[in-house]
Amino acid sequence: MSAVLAPSVRIQRQDFDVAAEIARLTQGRADIGAVVSFSGLCRDEQGALSALELEHYPGMAEAEIGRIAAEAVERWPLQGLTIIHRHGKIRPGDNIVLVVAASAHRQAAFEAANFLMDYLKSRAPFWKKEHRVDGSEGGWVEAKEADAQAAKRWKSSSE
Amino acid sequence: MTTRLIYFAWVRERIGTSEEDVELPGGIETVADLLRWLQSRGEGYEHALQYPDVIRVAINQEHVDHREKIAGAREIALFPPMTGG
Repeated sequence: MSAVLAPSVRIQRQDFDVAAEIARLTQGRADIGAVVSFSGLCRDEQGALSALELEHYPGMAEAEIGRIAAEAVERWPLQGLTIIHRHGKIRPGDNIVLVVAASAHRQAAFEAANFLMDYLKSRAPFWKKEHRVDGSEGGWVEAKEADAQAAKRWKSSSE
Repeated sequence: MTTRLIYFAWVRERIGTSEEDVELPGGIETVADLLRWLQSRGEGYEHALQYPDVIRVAINQEHVDHREKIAGAREIALFPPMTGG
């Protein structure tokens, strides 16, 4: 019986290294057959955006992502899971979020990563504010109904 | 009992502060009651909470809906729908 997987959840201002995070999960083991990583980056919105400012709820951000990660571990047979979400000012082209899911087979890794991103979008306490190239304040990014719907498709029929 | 209220994103900007400690008057039992009471506290609150249905709420750092009872809450956070990821 293997030990229950403890996901690594990090909320940080600094950037992350995708390759290093994958290596951290796979190093020294031979039982992992699939690693799926998702990186979310800041877009420049056709040159209009100079930065995104990510505000977060310290404490709850870690707790909520931890709860989402625990649900993923319960639903899919994962052998490694890392979630990193940045906060502060992020420039176009820079990383915002990372999910790395490792499993014996690809299906679980793909599905878990997909589920985690859908849930992060609608439940993790982060808010994006746009800064425009022309110096004007772009305002707060509005939540998309499509993201809320995307999270709903993971609800089991018993809920 | 003192309750800490915390605000984020445009809720914070419109109210004009990121957190405050309040003594809740009697009769405020649910999140919906709290939002109604806060709306009456001034222009900024009214502006922030004019569409209470869109306001998301967390009690002691867990999401709750507006029917949730707030008895015993140490920390209640009000914020717009989340846009992380």
